[in-house]
Amino acid sequence: MTPEAASLLGAGLAYGLAAIGPGIGIGLVVGNAVQAMVRQPEMAGQVRTTMFLGIAFTEALALFGLLLFFILFGQAG
Amino acid sequence: MILAQVVVVPEDVNELFDWPPLFDGVNRVVLLMWLAALLAFLFLWLPYRRPKIVPGKLQVISEAMVDFVRNGIGRDIIGPESHRYEWLLLPMFFWILFMNLFEITPGINFPPTARMAAPALLAALVWVVFFAIGIRRHGLGYLYHTLVPPGVPKALLPLVILIEFITVFFVRPISLAVRLFANMLAGHIMLTVFFLTTAAYFTLGPELLVWPIPFAFSLVLVGFEAFVAILQAFIFTLLTAVYIDSSIHVEH
Repeated sequence: MTPEAASLLGAGLAYGLAAIGPGIGIGLVVGNAVQAMVRQPEMAGQVRTTMFLGIAFTEALALFGLLLFFILFGQAG
Repeated sequence: MILAQVVVVPEDVNELFDWPPLFDGVNRVVLLMWLAALLAFLFLWLPYRRPKIVPGKLQVISEAMVDFVRNGIGRDIIGPESHRYEWLLLPMFFWILFMNLFEITPGINFPPTARMAAPALLAALVWVVFFAIGIRRHGLGYLYHTLVPPGVPKALLPLVILIEFITVFFVRPISLAVRLFANMLAGHIMLTVFFLTTAAYFTLGPELLVWPIPFAFSLVLVGFEAFVAILQAFIFTLLTAVYIDSSIHVEH
């Protein structure tokens, strides 16, 4: 395998694999936030702010994967 | 390549991402940053130059958004002394918001936040601010409370301190900058792909009626990106407030 091919393969794998965990994580965060909002609608505002915080922290990992994709893709180019 | 026949593709694809300076050190990204700063300034200044008891349209919008940042983000996260940090939160929110909204502004179609400069600058500023607040409030106790979580077994302390140090002082600013940057870049690329696909199908065979599909998608995505633009400005400001709060109330 040439270095370019390895870089391209790694780029695809990097983002694909990095998206799995945060995908599950954001699902858990939002799902539980919806449950909390339904059970206690009067807390909805606070739950929503906390939900966005949780999403932001979880999402960062997927974005690192995206960044890695660009780096590896650039190396192949 | 089909696309190459329709869209003028430069010899070197990097030309699409590299903007030559218009004049000494100023290129399109910098100009757009200045424009966003000017818009943010006007948006906050014009309605309050002569505030009216019965507000006009601009004043209503401006007041609602300022109220959202001041109370919805600042007071809810930091608490009663949040007004001391509004000098950071308010201009930051509106600057990022206007830069992000350039992504879906027809004719501009480029968010300056999709380049690392503005997010990195803001993240560095936030880093300095939360560190300075912590040191000024608590002295070296800030480092102790931040790096040593309560109830950790003594044997694990060196490892925990190392992890906390990296998390707080390296991962925090980097993830803050990368989150904004990567979100806007991904959205920008996504919009570009759908616009170019629409253009390609429309030019090559309008009678095949394939082009309405990517066209409909791009319309939906413009709406989605408007949401993302506001959400990312909100999240950046929210996390800044959270970090400032964690420097003020270090005990928990």
